[in-house]
This record gives sequence, structure tokens and C-alpha cells, in this order.
Amino acid sequence: MRIMPLRLVLTTLLGLALAAPALAETRAFVGARILSIADDPIDDGVLVIEDSRIVAVGARGDVSVPRDAELVELDAGTVIMPGIVDTHSHIGEVSGADRAGPIQPENRALDSVNLRSSGLKRALAGGITSVHVMSGSGHLISGQTLYLKLRDGNRIEELAYRFEDGAVAGGLKMANGTNPMGDAPFPGTRAKSAALLRQAYLDAQDYRDKRARDEEAERPPRDLGKDALVEVLEGRRIAHHHTHRHDDVITAMRLREEFGYRLVLHHVSEAWKVADEIAAADVPVSLIALDSPGGKLEAIDVSLESGGVLEEAGATVAFHTDDWITDSRYFLRMAAMSVRGGMSREAALRAMTIEGARMLDLADRVGTLESGKDADFVILSGDPLSSRTRVLETWVEGVRRFDLDDPEDRLVAEGGPGALTADDGAGHIHGIDGSTGGGQ
Amino acid sequence: MNPLHILTRGLLVTLLVAPAFAFADDLVVRAERLMTGTGETIDDGVVVIEDGRITAVGPAASVRIPDDMPVRRAAVATPGLVDGRSVVGLAGALNQNHDQDQLERSAALQPELRAIDAYNPRETLVEWLREHGVTTVHTGHGPGEVISGQTLIAKTRGETIDEAVFVPFAAVAATLGDGALVDGEPRNSPGTRAKAVAMLRAKLIEAQEYLAKQDAEEPPARNLALESLVAVLRGEVPLMVEANRHQDIVTALRLAEEFDFRLLLTGAADATLVLDEIVAADVPVIIHPIMIRGSVHGERQNVSFTTPAELLEAGVATSLQSGYEGYVPKTRVVLFEAALGLGYGLSPEQALELVTMGPARILGIDERVGSLEVGKDGDVALFDGDPFEYTSHVVGVVIEGEVVSETVR
Repeated sequence: MRIMPLRLVLTTLLGLALAAPALAETRAFVGARILSIADDPIDDGVLVIEDSRIVAVGARGDVSVPRDAELVELDAGTVIMPGIVDTHSHIGEVSGADRAGPIQPENRALDSVNLRSSGLKRALAGGITSVHVMSGSGHLISGQTLYLKLRDGNRIEELAYRFEDGAVAGGLKMANGTNPMGDAPFPGTRAKSAALLRQAYLDAQDYRDKRARDEEAERPPRDLGKDALVEVLEGRRIAHHHTHRHDDVITAMRLREEFGYRLVLHHVSEAWKVADEIAAADVPVSLIALDSPGGKLEAIDVSLESGGVLEEAGATVAFHTDDWITDSRYFLRMAAMSVRGGMSREAALRAMTIEGARMLDLADRVGTLESGKDADFVILSGDPLSSRTRVLETWVEGVRRFDLDDPEDRLVAEGGPGALTADDGAGHIHGIDGSTGGGQ
Repeated sequence: MNPLHILTRGLLVTLLVAPAFAFADDLVVRAERLMTGTGETIDDGVVVIEDGRITAVGPAASVRIPDDMPVRRAAVATPGLVDGRSVVGLAGALNQNHDQDQLERSAALQPELRAIDAYNPRETLVEWLREHGVTTVHTGHGPGEVISGQTLIAKTRGETIDEAVFVPFAAVAATLGDGALVDGEPRNSPGTRAKAVAMLRAKLIEAQEYLAKQDAEEPPARNLALESLVAVLRGEVPLMVEANRHQDIVTALRLAEEFDFRLLLTGAADATLVLDEIVAADVPVIIHPIMIRGSVHGERQNVSFTTPAELLEAGVATSLQSGYEGYVPKTRVVLFEAALGLGYGLSPEQALELVTMGPARILGIDERVGSLEVGKDGDVALFDGDPFEYTSHVVGVVIEGEVVSETVR
């Protein structure tokens, strides 16, 4: 599925032809090592952006810089990489289902995010430009998720990626294993969890078919929850499935096979045990790298080696912060730790960028530095995998959204009094099993 | 049982039969870069460990390596890391009731709870720290009650407490602030800061009186709780106070003045807000893990990644810690904490200091551990590259000349 840029959506909606801007703002960033992800690294590279788009990437001398471009000379040793895509985050006080029942696809993250939360600023400080924001995992289905572009704005809609028809884009948050278990009406066993999910999708299929009847009088009344599940069944909305244990991973893939929806596995602590099965099913994995095992019984076998084992098996891997589980400000660390666990450097860099973009249907817009893509990029003080490296600047659609030299931005990046808003996940733990906020 | 232990045991059995073979605790470590922990880095350096103790350190060219001693090579070697404050061994990885012994909730003040009666040297989290180069860990009762109990210092080896323990009674652990307060629950713990401090002062005064009566004709009956606090009042062990908000840090300083005990601050999220006061009081700080998450009530709302560098800059005796985690991941790792600090003002030498000599001095064990110097314990961490790059690995760990881990982490 293609996701359209907002500007295009608005023009289309207004029925206007897309006019060339009268005075394009062009900038050329020169001198950094460029990791375009689409191609080999370029030493002493040039990145040219025009307004919100990339127009050229290449080596100095190979790229013609427009005469009117503002030239930004970067220090040798700095690195430019694509804006990071965080495939799973709970920033912005996001919420979804409310523990009244285990299946609540009608709840939209859109209606809950506080875009003034410092969580969004922390993400920018970590080099994140696109972020998948979702409710926690205390339900089999906790609601509709949100793909955000970290633009400036007063309304969350201004930050939202859009489907082709202009509707706010996102997936559906699902979970199995122990997180969604509980007293009735919540499932008490794994089999019950699967039965409840299957029935929900069967009901949605039935609803979809009946909604398609010719006679309006014969159609069932609209059901917001089923509408969301139908979007999953139609492939418009991707199912993002929280899962840890090897058998739960297989169950998630079995359901996907039965109903034919598009699936991304999230967390997947025991991915290393079923990497071949995951690869054979061609289901992408959104991974988190953690400093130690333990803390959660079904995740006890979590391993830093998962990234490398999945890569070896031929599966697609992206990373996520699960912020507040890990802080968005040191997302780069995720890639370095996965390399420590055996992943290749190339796969780890892709897992921070293009693979995440693919998992959110955003790959035609972001994830690499290529002409025509959004001017979302990060300027780093050094190699992305080095512990010494800091994010210097984060640009979103040609706008500098984080600048380490700006005292307010630096405060957010480093912490200290005033850095965090009172609601921010970094300073406040939401319901630990994901009843309101995050939850690994 | 760890296969390595089997291996080592096998070796020991062999030794009994064939005493000509080198002792298991004789070992030479040779590293392309030997970071000694004294500030000195030696290219192609060696550490000679005999009978568990370091007998020589220096460039390979000038140190005589005794014949027949096994040599272990690595790209980089550092002193075995020292974790300034942890709960591993009392807290387990499973995070189920049966493996969470770091906090007893039945009363607010229980200084009689000994860490040696709870520490599990075979705990997965202990192994995890060991495999990441930590050879000495200060662990025990966690934060969460006004006085939660005692701590100990262990080497991260051994299958029983007796094999592991280094200092059986290292400190009494206290908590000030929201962490030790209850919110409506029917417990014996205080509900406000003022009440918590009143309870703590009353107990310390009781201990003073108990101490004063020790020389009386009829000394009072033994009281385990008061004995433990007497050790604090006599300066035999410090009172280690978890205090994060600035007013709680200042309260800890006030209590230390009133009762004249050795104070160790831990947590100390707001340390930079009261830096002058901490410096004036000359109190060491075991700073919270840099990657600690926030807490309810905003106790750690002011956490900054640059605090360790700022404390060192101000001359405060500082240590990192793995601390306490209630969820995922179940423990921090000081190696990773130090590495993160490099991006936020720490030099590599300072990063190493915060996980070696810094905690060793604060804990009073610097004569034995924390640097690679003649006479000290032969505790060494081996790496395949820069210890503070995430992409490097720990490739071996040595405690008192014994290879206790060969796992690549």
C-alpha cells in the first residue's frame, strides 16, 4: 500500500493541481559521510534537499549543487543517515483499550496522543523522524495504532501519515501470551486467547460480507470495531502483534495464515528459537535489544542474538524502543547492541531505517536517502554504532526539528530539570502490563 | 552447573593427582592494550597472577613471565569491574515472588535483615553481570523501605554464599522519599516524608541508647536490629541512603550530621541541584544507572545523562551502579552504563574509574580490587576491542586467577 504525502493529499482533496512552489528553498549539506542505506556509504558526500524533499545524494564533485542553494558545510567525521523509524513506541501518553474487555479494535491512538509531551521531543533527540505510536499490550486487540511523522503541529492530524484516501494511517495492535490474560472477560489460557481472536475475525468477515449487500436495509449497522478488523482483513491496516514465546509466535503466524492479513511480529523475545519458521512465512520482525534477560517470565529467554539469527535465516528485522522500556534518546544503541549480538552492521543500519519503513508501509517516503524521498535525516557526530556518537541535528521534511546547539533541545537530549513534561513516559511509568500505556 | 565450572573442577581434580601442573589460580593475562585502572594504559601489557594475587604488571617486554604459567591473550584487558550497588542475587531474573528477596515489606525498619541469608550466587543475573566483566558486586536489600536491610559485597563466583562473599556486611540500606512511603496501603510504613524521618531518627536514637548501655553492669538483651545500627553509629559500616529528590538528599546530609554516621548517597537523581552541599559534606555518590527509567511521583523527573560527569568534575567520589529494576530488563549492567556515559561528558578513563576504582574506594575495598596493581586480587576482564563500544565483546573474566567465564558477551 502506498502512503501519500500530506501535501498531495490536501491538494487532491481540494481538487487542485499541484503547482510548483514559486520560491523553492534549497539546501546542500556537504562534507559528511553519507549512509544513504540505499547504496554504499559516501565519504565527503553531498545531500541536496529542496523544501521537504531530497533532490540529490552523492559524492562531492558528482552532485551539482544548485546556485541558489544554501550551503551547509559539515565537519569531517560527521555522518548523515536517514531519519530513524521507530516501529513501536508509547510516547505521548498514548492509550487505547481500557480493560473493559479483551478485544477493542475501535479505540484509536489518534484520539489519545498528547503531542506536547516531551516524549516526542525525546524521539527527535534520538534521531527518530517517523514513529509508530500505539497502546499497550494488555488486550488481545487494544486498538488502532498511529504512524507519526514528527513534524511541528498543534493537531495530531498534522503529524499523521495518511492512507491513499487521506484517512489517518496506522495499524492494529494485537497481543498474545500472558499480557492480555486476566479474569473474565479476559482469556485465562492461550487456547482461549486464540479462540477469541479467531471468532472476532470470523465475525468481521461476516460483517464485511453483509455490509456489502445490495439492499441497504439488509446491511448490519456500522460497528467501529469491526470496521477496523475489516481494514486488517483487506490489507489496508497491518496487524502489529506483541508476542514473546516461540509458541505464541507460531500462533500469531497461524492466525495470520487463516485470515490472510498482513502481520508484523513485535518484541519476539524467542525469535531466535523460531527464526526459520518466521523467515519461511516471510513475516517481518520488530525487535528490541535489552541489557539483560529477566523481569518478565515469558520473555526470560530474550537474547541479543535474535537479530543476527533472524538475519541469517533470511527474515526481515527492524528495531523499536518500546519507549518507555528503552528511551528514544538512545535508539542508535539498539543497532550497536544487536551487532554485539551477531547482526551484521549493514542489517543493523537497515533495521533502524528502511526495514522499519517497510513494516509501516512508508518505504516509498522514508527509510533511505534517495532523490524524491522526504528530507528526513539525522546528522551525527560520528559513526551510528559508536557509543561516543551523539545526534547533532534531526531534520523532518526539510525542517530542522532538533539541534543539539539549541539549549532547549540539548536539555531534552541530556535530561535535567525541565527536560521532561510531567506526563512523559520517561518520567512516569504507566500501567506496567500495558493497561494504559506501554508494556514490553 | 556451568560447563566452565565443570571444567575448572576437572582441572582441580587433576591438580590433586598431578601437582606438577600449574595452579588454577596462577595465570598470566596478556593484552594488546592493558588498562590498569590507575590511569595508565600499557601497550602489549601483562598481568601476572600467582596464587590469586597480582605479582607483576607491565609491558610484556620487561615483565618476566614465570615458566609453565598459562597465558590468556586478549585485545584489551581491564581490572574486573566493580558494581557499586545492585540487588542481583537477592533479586532474580524470573521476577516471581519466589525469586524476589530484595525487599521485605512487613515493616519499615528492618536493619537486622542480612544479605548473606538471602544471596543466591547461582542466580542468572549474577552470571549475567559476571559474563559482562563484573567481578565484584555490592548487592543486597534494595530501596523501598526506610531501612530495608543489609548489603554485602561478593565476588561474582562460587556456588555457595561462603565461596562468593567478600564483605558479609557492607552497609545498611535506607530509602528516603516516595520510594519508602505507602499510599493508602495498610502497612507499617510511613505515609509522609516527615514521618519516615521521624521513625528513622527514633530508631537511631534507640540504637545510641542501646550502644551506651553496652558497658553497663547489666547490658541489654541482644537486639539484632539495634546491633546492626550500632555498626552504623560506630562507623563500621555506612548508612547507604537512596535519595533522589533534592530535599531527600539534603535530609540525608542532615541525618548524617546529627548521628555522625558514614553516609553513602545512592540514586541521587537531583545531585546536581545540591552539588555544593554534597561537596561540602564530602559524601560519596553511587549515582543511579544512567539509563534508569523514571518513577511514579516524578522522583526521577530530573534525571540527566550528564550527572556522572558533573559529579566527577566537582570532585565528588562517584560510582556507577546496576541498581534495581522492577521489570524488563531486570538488571542494568555497569559496563553498558559507563559506555553510555562516553557520549555525555565522560572520558574513557573516567568511565573506567566509575566502574572500578571509584566504587572500590567508596566501598573501602580498594586495597583488594579496582585496579591491576601488584598485591591486589587477580580480577581481570578481557575484551576483543574497546570495552566501552557496544559492538565489542567481553571474551573472558578472571577472578583471583581463575577463569570464571569464557562466554563471549
